[in-house]
Amino acid sequence: MPSSNPRARHFPPPMSSTSLSPEGEEVAEEEQVVTPWEVSAKQGGKIDYGKLIDQFGCQRLDQSLIDRVQRLTNRPPHVFLRRGVFFAHRDFTDILDAYERGDKFYLYTGRGPSSEALHLGHLVPFMFTKYLQDAFKVPLVIQLTDDEKCMWKNLSVEESQRLARENAKDLIACGFDISRTFIFCDFDYVGGAFYKNMVRVAKCVTYNKVVGIFGFTGEDHIGKVSFPPVQAVPSFPSSFPHLFSGRENLRCLIPCAIDQDPYFRMTRDVAPRIGYSKPSLIESTFFPALQGETGKMSASDSNSAIYVTDTAKDIKNKINKYAFSGGQDTIEKQRKFGANLEVDIPIKYLEFFLDDDAELEQIRREYGAGHLLTGEVKKRVIEVLTELVERHRRARAAVTDEMVDAFMAVRPLPNMFS
Amino acid sequence: MGYSKDQLIARLKELQIDFDQYEHPVVLTVEEQARYVGHLDGALSKNLFLKDKKSRFYIVSALSNTKVDMKILSQRLGLGKGGLRMAPEEALGEMLQVPRGCVTPFALVNESARSVSLLLDQGLKTQGHCFFHPLSNDVTISLNARDLDKFLNSIGKPPAYVDLEANPPVGKDQPPDLAAFVPSDATILPDNLEKTASSVAPEKNHISADIKSKVVTDKPNKPPNGPKKEKSTDAPAVSASFSDPEKFVEEILEKTSRVVLSEIKGEAIKQHGDQLGSVVSNSIRRQLTAELKNIATIFKNTAYTEGFHASNHQQPKRS
Repeated sequence: MPSSNPRARHFPPPMSSTSLSPEGEEVAEEEQVVTPWEVSAKQGGKIDYGKLIDQFGCQRLDQSLIDRVQRLTNRPPHVFLRRGVFFAHRDFTDILDAYERGDKFYLYTGRGPSSEALHLGHLVPFMFTKYLQDAFKVPLVIQLTDDEKCMWKNLSVEESQRLARENAKDLIACGFDISRTFIFCDFDYVGGAFYKNMVRVAKCVTYNKVVGIFGFTGEDHIGKVSFPPVQAVPSFPSSFPHLFSGRENLRCLIPCAIDQDPYFRMTRDVAPRIGYSKPSLIESTFFPALQGETGKMSASDSNSAIYVTDTAKDIKNKINKYAFSGGQDTIEKQRKFGANLEVDIPIKYLEFFLDDDAELEQIRREYGAGHLLTGEVKKRVIEVLTELVERHRRARAAVTDEMVDAFMAVRPLPNMFS
Repeated sequence: MGYSKDQLIARLKELQIDFDQYEHPVVLTVEEQARYVGHLDGALSKNLFLKDKKSRFYIVSALSNTKVDMKILSQRLGLGKGGLRMAPEEALGEMLQVPRGCVTPFALVNESARSVSLLLDQGLKTQGHCFFHPLSNDVTISLNARDLDKFLNSIGKPPAYVDLEANPPVGKDQPPDLAAFVPSDATILPDNLEKTASSVAPEKNHISADIKSKVVTDKPNKPPNGPKKEKSTDAPAVSASFSDPEKFVEEILEKTSRVVLSEIKGEAIKQHGDQLGSVVSNSIRRQLTAELKNIATIFKNTAYTEGFHASNHQQPKRS
């Protein structure tokens, strides 16, 4: 099952044949499995997100919260909120309560820099984070876990650093405001106050606990075992003295995909024990592969996703040839029965990326009733995706090495809340 | 427009770079150049302007007798075996803004060559003086590699010297040793998109096979094969919008005009009458808000970065 969020870890599968739910109970394999290292639906069906919320114990992001966000930010809520892409949270209400009182917060997100160009699924959390930054006018820290990739993908240190810088350019192209954004690579930044927090966190997590969460075995090297605190401490403002000194109680909001929830549960568990506030989370569904929800989005199959380096022609080709269609086999059948919107990938992609609610509703209606053909829906999604990718590419071309240096400079951000 | 040789020479003098200058008739090849300056104390350089399959460009500047194997170089850059070829002649003019036979590291002074990667032969450091063209091929300048470095640093392109004749293995456990030289800015134009404001140059699908210039070929030039087409570059126009306020405003006005013109049509006038103004105004907001905010952010980030760079290179105040 694809999990193309940027924080997806590819950990080895758990030793036992069943998976552990957060309460530690064994869950039978017929159930869906969602962990930082494995995501699979029940019996080749779809992920049941409602069940996931119950299983994890996080909260649903309901319409009243979305309305509240609109009121507080004075602008229409982001398309991902309207369409239920970001659908769950932990303590997002606290963030909003504080914000309403005049207490700001900061955003924290990150990416494990891989070698491939990013695909659209990778961009989703960053697009949403940019919206949050603009709407709430708050600062953002972005962590590039080059050390993690070095360890898990067995890259050289230099190569993982290089990839981190490459990926940084794509992230910058998403449109973050340099006067409120700090991007850092672990290899450059770990040390000082950040490292002190890492040790504080590490002291609170037993070996058994990390094995339980991440499935480490006796064969895994110690680098992996001691990595988790690196990803936990950006949740604490004291890790960034050049940004937040004097603001030790600043709250943190982490946009991420829901498979990261077990991971940040560890962080939230530790936080009060070391005198810090728990970070809040706002979580998204998974981005479907071209071949469908049950298809596997794989780095080795470039036809399972749309990449930011794809040309207009590539996009057209991939959608036409590989996008899983919910339409009927023949035009006659299509006109008679309409399309199955639940599994249709072009419709899913339009749900993510077509901003106009009215237009989407019309397309869904007509397609479901059989008045629109698959080809016509595909044509529309090709247009939308091409425009998106083109805009990204243009923004990316404007990112120089110097701009990356500027984003990564350890510098104060005096206007980060204005 | 591109730097002229006189502007470059003036720049070198400003930077107090030590060099000698020789004028001669126009030369297109190293052999010809040797006829005029070969007797002088110094080493001739050969300069290749190369391009990879993803439209990224490279200048390889080497001693004329250093062996440069394009296949090996391609592998060391991580481009696979046949990833590098001679760049087409149009790119010479568009990106380096130099004439045929005039590829030179000095061409990097031009903004249009911003994303070109420079590989320097470490052999250049072993010579007292090396010969390069200073942006035109009726002059040769001779200078020490250290002075070349001074120049390159001044344009924000810190030099990196490489053993061009080395042939290290490249494989799963030995990553390509020159991978860091691959520019990240690909200068690619999308095909068939009317959305971009700047005009799209026609795609050129061939490489000029008749460049008997300073570019030394190891194999005969072949037209590109495989599914990837070569695209012409439009990098200068794209970046200028984000650093030049006039171009930036021009782009905003162009996009806005396009919406206005597309909305004010006979039908629409009939349909909305007096209300057409607010209809068009809403249309502009709806269609352009996100996009204009995005490009404004890029403009801001670019300006901030320029300030950041300037601050880093600030000379201490004279007391």
